[in-house]
Amino acid sequence: MKRYVIVGASIAAVSCVEGIRSVDPEGEIVLVTAEAHANYGRPLISYYLAGKTDIPRMSWRGADFFEKNRARLLLKTRAEKIDAQEKRVFLSNGETLSYDALCVCAGSYPFAPPFEGIESVGRRFSFTTLQDALALEETVTGTSRVLIVGAGFIGLKCAEGLRDRAGSVMVCDLAPHAMSANLDPDASGILERHLESNGITLALGDTVERFEGGTAHMKSGREIAFDVLVTAIGVRPNTALLKDAGAEVNRGVCVSERLETSLPGVFAAGDCTETTDVSAGASGVLAVLPNAALQGHAAGVNMAGGDERFDKGIKMNSIGFFGLHIMSAGTYTEPVLEEVTDRTSKKLYAAGGVLTGFILVGDVRRAGIYTSLIRERTPLDQIDFEAVKREPSLLPFGREIRKKKLGGVV
Amino acid sequence: MKRVYVNEEWCLGCHLCEYNCAFANSGGPDMARALRGKEIRPRIRVEGDGDAITYAVSCRHCTDPLCIRGCISGALHKVDGVVCIDHEKCVGCLTCVLLCPYGAVQPGEDGAAMKCELCLANSCGAPACAAGCPNRAIVYEERGEARA
Repeated sequence: MKRYVIVGASIAAVSCVEGIRSVDPEGEIVLVTAEAHANYGRPLISYYLAGKTDIPRMSWRGADFFEKNRARLLLKTRAEKIDAQEKRVFLSNGETLSYDALCVCAGSYPFAPPFEGIESVGRRFSFTTLQDALALEETVTGTSRVLIVGAGFIGLKCAEGLRDRAGSVMVCDLAPHAMSANLDPDASGILERHLESNGITLALGDTVERFEGGTAHMKSGREIAFDVLVTAIGVRPNTALLKDAGAEVNRGVCVSERLETSLPGVFAAGDCTETTDVSAGASGVLAVLPNAALQGHAAGVNMAGGDERFDKGIKMNSIGFFGLHIMSAGTYTEPVLEEVTDRTSKKLYAAGGVLTGFILVGDVRRAGIYTSLIRERTPLDQIDFEAVKREPSLLPFGREIRKKKLGGVV
Repeated sequence: MKRVYVNEEWCLGCHLCEYNCAFANSGGPDMARALRGKEIRPRIRVEGDGDAITYAVSCRHCTDPLCIRGCISGALHKVDGVVCIDHEKCVGCLTCVLLCPYGAVQPGEDGAAMKCELCLANSCGAPACAAGCPNRAIVYEERGEARA
């Protein structure tokens, strides 16, 4: 009987269990996580703060998942060291686990530059785990002035989640636009107006130079008084465990399409990895939940002796703020369509005869057809691209392909 | 398993499937009362070129659905092969809309995502689109597949 060890217990790790069990119903599975919670989608933590979900409903694959899959889960336990030669993992509780196949789904950690005076701030938080959300829930009251540093996905979702709990919410970012890493200025502009009309104060193009207790001294010279600080500058892949074990690591852990690291019998999946972005033709950290799930599943299948590839990876996101939906995917190469109104924006990007990316604000209907064109690298001269540019539908694919999609098992 | 399949060459473009779908999922006993004067939100949609080509699109209940893999809340799941949404768990992020290659998942009225669940849980018990299609352009049947 094979023994599988999985480091982590979030989406990639849970999907890894599903992958293993699809091939091997017998083998022994052990998961190890430093967290007190497992099996939940991290993006849900802002919805938790907004009261749109709760801990029981946040269970990604159901409360009985580990039991049903006969997997042993060790919470609040850290995997401290891997001995790849002897195929063993050393845990913080003193236990040593030997494995036939190991998968590291270590995720990422919140990164913040060393702000001067940060240690003088009493109540400061990150926003990447359920524990962070629970701590904020306990701290933030109806009179709290919340300052969030970072206007990316994490910072802005945190702002949305806290709006009805806090007295005020301000988000600052050195970049001149909200979500500037993912959106074009037109899309950001719509988002910024929408956030401000929903009670979020933005301070863009400005960031904290130093902290002094409850005061942030900004680069612009402005002083902002706050009670609660959330830093949401960005996240970095957790690579240390595998790096120390001798695995090849770039920005993320380097893995093959089969999610193998450079160490025999050791796999990695999820936000800690670096994989090929097919829309860019280059390797990158594609740290979004759907990729973690797909990678984890493929890793599990391969650990158990099957063959599943993760070979259609792109960055992709669907996010909503106070009812405004925004979707983005792929790489923003040459714009081939730009339609902007007060409340909607649609941009498509193509290069080398394939769609490489899109940014949609407001009208996101059937966006998955665009996502699919990017992931499949569908040659645009094989479809009626002018028609699909106007409106995503199955029409531009032609009757034969539609017959397969709508008349057969897919 | 039985799924909804489309015979494009027989589609008349009559949109009856959209009305039957909206009615079946309205929960009401009276079609006119449920739909008259309202913007209907069917889970099946007739697409085409506005001229010679028409066909209906609804959830394919894929063998390995991307929507289920990528759902952030775990609301999307399979019940006996049918892709279903748990409306209590769904937070309405629409990642499923971002992922579905067929454009078959859409925002629903309650803030959750919405899609065809083959009418198995509503009062019809079997797809209303297929039952009401006047030309058998939409059928509900087995079309052979490797057992998952």
